[in-house]
Amino acid sequence: MVLTKNRVAQVLKNPYLIQSFSLQDWDLLIRQARQTALLVRIYRLLQEHDLCDTVPCRVMNHFVAADAYAKKLNASLDWDFRSIAKALAELSIPVVFLKGAAYRLASNRTALGRLFSDIDILVPFRELSAVENALKKHSWVVTHQNEYDQRYYREWMHELPPMIHLKRQTTLDVHHNILPKTCSKCPEPSRLFSNLVKVDQTSFWILSPEDRVLHSATHLFHESEFKYGLRDISDIDLLLSEFTDTDKFWTKLLRRADELNQQIPLFYALRYASKILDTPVPDHIWILLDKNIPWRIKSGMMDFLFIRALMPDHLSCDDRWTSLVRWLLFVRSHWLKMPLKLLLPHLIKKSYQRFKNRQAK
Amino acid sequence: MNSYSIKTGPFLTCITTSIPSVIDSLSLLYPGMVTEYQEIFYDFHIKLSTPHALRRWIRPQVIFFFDGKLPFKPLPLTQAYPMFEWGLNWCISQHAHQYLIIHAAVVANYDKALLLPGQPGAGKSTLCAALVHRGWRLLSDELTLVSLSSGLITPLARPVCLKNESIDVIRQFAPDAVFGSIVHDTVKGSVTHVKAPDESIERVDQSALPTWIVFPSYQIDSDCVISDRKKGQTFMDLAKLSFNYNLLAFDGFNALNRLVVGCRCFDLRYSQLDEIIPALDCLVAK
Repeated sequence: MVLTKNRVAQVLKNPYLIQSFSLQDWDLLIRQARQTALLVRIYRLLQEHDLCDTVPCRVMNHFVAADAYAKKLNASLDWDFRSIAKALAELSIPVVFLKGAAYRLASNRTALGRLFSDIDILVPFRELSAVENALKKHSWVVTHQNEYDQRYYREWMHELPPMIHLKRQTTLDVHHNILPKTCSKCPEPSRLFSNLVKVDQTSFWILSPEDRVLHSATHLFHESEFKYGLRDISDIDLLLSEFTDTDKFWTKLLRRADELNQQIPLFYALRYASKILDTPVPDHIWILLDKNIPWRIKSGMMDFLFIRALMPDHLSCDDRWTSLVRWLLFVRSHWLKMPLKLLLPHLIKKSYQRFKNRQAK
Repeated sequence: MNSYSIKTGPFLTCITTSIPSVIDSLSLLYPGMVTEYQEIFYDFHIKLSTPHALRRWIRPQVIFFFDGKLPFKPLPLTQAYPMFEWGLNWCISQHAHQYLIIHAAVVANYDKALLLPGQPGAGKSTLCAALVHRGWRLLSDELTLVSLSSGLITPLARPVCLKNESIDVIRQFAPDAVFGSIVHDTVKGSVTHVKAPDESIERVDQSALPTWIVFPSYQIDSDCVISDRKKGQTFMDLAKLSFNYNLLAFDGFNALNRLVVGCRCFDLRYSQLDEIIPALDCLVAK
């Protein structure tokens, strides 16, 4: 079975496994974990379980080094929070932080050893240009300067072209929805804004716990690359295990999935979190969710694809199908993003651009 | 393709390759440090290979893999060995954040270390190669690893990289030095690597106490002049030359502070290597 090669998943499920690790086991764990951005999360788990004394000294160096990097990113994130708050203070609109930044603001367990690379915020569509201008005044600049890319983002996507802080080079994605406008399952954005949670002692907002799970699922299962797929499954696993005991969480989660059109991504998230990381999902939830899922989604074919794609992107996890699977899922993500009559001209245009750039070089 | 295990100071690297120039250079320049692959823990997994199909015959290339990923664009096959050396530098500087890593050559006299920081072209590698052939112990010609916990410097004892004119300068200065083959037309011009002296390799596990920081600058026809250097300026310059000072935040500040406070700092202007050796010996004796 493919999953037995996944050393990272095994340790995430049962950190005590490392007590019987050989040096070669450690070698593989560190390599897989590094490629999937989970070195620091595993380090934190080992600390929590008081297992660090079992870690050989030379292996520990890699955890410590990755931890230094994670701490640096954390400190940077604090700086960016202040910068964005300052830039958007005058607008008096709700600024909603998504994904990694939201886990951090909510002190979710998912923030555990998570690396924060770029920042994602959600603002109301009508405020988009005001937000963009305010950010520009505070050293955030727009990337993707060419006219076609600008149009691509502004007309079809659910976000502005990524912005970069001039001095610090942090990337900021300003969203007005969680899926592209051209996507058939795109939710009504007002529904997201009607269910926000205020972050204590800040001017920031985040999505409700259920919506946070749904966004994480939607993001992962519309993704074109699965480089950090296992990290994202682990995020979902940690979110679910944190929320599972809160009052009516699962019922609310199903209701929100229905309201936001996200039943299929939720199904995938629960299916693969439980298959890969043994995430517990109540039986009655499976039964309720199952009713609304078409058979093709539940087929062995999707398992074949996703189980492979959600492995660490490392030599030791690849089999002869891996590159084909990654390519198929890449095509699938574009297929989901927009209808064929938009997608085909877009792909032709992008190939032409790439060709021209190569010629110019 | 064969896999080998290379121990350089604290790091164990697995290198997989079938490129003859790489295998030959490794056995020449890393004597006693290269062994058969074993099933153990490696800090870095490197593979150097040639691309398939046409590229093998027309303008052949070498690809550097770090654990299956490509951090760099391919280079002409003739540059395979320098690519290994630069790639290993990259592996260390990108991952070994248990150290403060400074872009500086470092040599030692009785376990007291002398740092030679400097921008490319300042002559630090040349000076380093010269010193280690006059009794100084080679710790590293490129990466100074300052332990965050002890403040001591961990040796690597890897070959010294020489470029362009300095190759002939060292050939004349140290005729008994062991040179790898010269590779022309790299981004740095013509380069070669000089084997670390045997004694430096034997004592690679012995760390050294940072004692002197000397910023060399080569100037044509200049006399050898050593002058005092301000510690504040030295701190700022070393921070800029460090690969991970920013990343390490407070730990980086503390490590660099301890380093600069504990060292005597100088500027060194020179044109003749022969004049430097007695001048530095004099400095050490003080």
